[in-house]
Amino acid sequence: MTDRAQTFARVAEQIEPFNKKGVDVTDATTFQGDLEWDSLTVMDFVAAVEDTFDITITMNMQAEIETVGQLVDAVDKLQQG
Amino acid sequence: MTEAAVTPHQTAIDPAPVAPERDLLSKFDALIAERQALIDTGVRDPFAIVMEKVLSPTLAIIKGRETILLGTYNYMGMTFDPDVVAAGKAALDAFGSGTTGSRVLNGTYSPHKDCEEALKEFYGTDHAMVFSTGYQANLGIISTLAGKGEYIILDADSHASIYDGCGLGNAEVVRFRHNSVEDLDKRLGRLPKEPGKLVVLEGVYSMLGDIAPLPEMVAVAKKHGAMVLVDEAHGMGFFGPNGRGVYEEQGVADDVDFVVGTFSKSVGTVGGFCVSNHPKFDVMRLVCRPYVFTASLPPSVVATAATSIRKLRHAADKRAHLWQNSRRLHGGLKDLGFTLGTDTPQSAIIAVILHDQTQAVAMWQALLEQGLYVNMARPPATPAGMFLLRCSLCAEHTAEQVEQIIGMFDAAGRATGAIGSGT
Repeated sequence: MTDRAQTFARVAEQIEPFNKKGVDVTDATTFQGDLEWDSLTVMDFVAAVEDTFDITITMNMQAEIETVGQLVDAVDKLQQG
Repeated sequence: MTEAAVTPHQTAIDPAPVAPERDLLSKFDALIAERQALIDTGVRDPFAIVMEKVLSPTLAIIKGRETILLGTYNYMGMTFDPDVVAAGKAALDAFGSGTTGSRVLNGTYSPHKDCEEALKEFYGTDHAMVFSTGYQANLGIISTLAGKGEYIILDADSHASIYDGCGLGNAEVVRFRHNSVEDLDKRLGRLPKEPGKLVVLEGVYSMLGDIAPLPEMVAVAKKHGAMVLVDEAHGMGFFGPNGRGVYEEQGVADDVDFVVGTFSKSVGTVGGFCVSNHPKFDVMRLVCRPYVFTASLPPSVVATAATSIRKLRHAADKRAHLWQNSRRLHGGLKDLGFTLGTDTPQSAIIAVILHDQTQAVAMWQALLEQGLYVNMARPPATPAGMFLLRCSLCAEHTAEQVEQIIGMFDAAGRATGAIGSGT
């Protein structure tokens, strides 16, 4: 498994407890449109991802992230940095 | 009128009709529909109340009916204080109706400087800076203090003006779980050591009326080398021996770098401020855009504020009565079976948590019909998607009025099913 595929798998794992609709998660899945998360769910989820990877995803970064794929890329970048 | 006269004439220079998808207001259609559906059920619009007459800090005429005000931020009841009103009238006569200019150009009159002196006396600080509103004080101070590459760390339940201050500036923004010392510590610990950091806290969180554990939070902020700003909008006037706010009551004044506040609550007029002991604080007057690029407050407003602030220093009796009112209302509503925002009375705000919008509006209207005005609050202003009726007490509410209020809640709660059998 590539590094990115590993990151994707770990992010997907964090999505599951919040995935109430049972949406099939791909790179193109959107948090607002497909998963229909409200701002509170987003906050809990982001905290879970931050804890998992020991990173900080600032609100500035969150504003740019709409899809799971974009989040996975951001996490990969933050881990290198 | 002929048919032709009411038919618009289409000519070559008429603009093309706006296509619906290009109507910039279409994005609000869902909210417009939700609001209309609510009004169509026959209830009064909770966001369109008009006070026809204001009789005192606690009484007004609404739709011809004398109504007890339990949804204002007039905590210390200063709005009709004779000294305050007289100071405003004198300044209006002496300095006119307005300054028509910025604080840094032609908009600083002697009453503005006197008001800043009153703040320095009240807070015991070296510096005070008066803004045109409390919202602008947060907007200006927060956006200017933390610049590009620096960090703002804020509580998730922060007031809109704090979020908007972050939005106006260029700093990186990180938020932590409401009032969680552990989460604040964890988040600060993950940030790079070198860049400057500003931790933004509030003494009282105004939606539920809960207070912050400031000693623990400030200690954590200092451990990580951050500067601390505390917003005391809902704490000024009745927390601490001098009424400075929650940070004074909890004994952390020495470790708080900036205190932001407002004149539109306990002070009883409008305006905002920031006080600080930082030796370089005065440079903010030159670099803070919401301070520079707006007109200063009218001289009558700052004159009323200065008089009110000086009286608040010595208002120990009023403070004691306000706390007594808060404890009695909290206990009374709890005994009736209402779910409240806090287990204990922590501030002058008591939030009643309702099931949903329908119940909240029904309850709100039932109270209004009995002659009681409270604030209805709904998402996105509220945390966790809650619908609240927010009661804010005034030092001028009499003990009898508080009993009357509890009686009205009892009747309205039973009539709407918010309390009583089965709940």
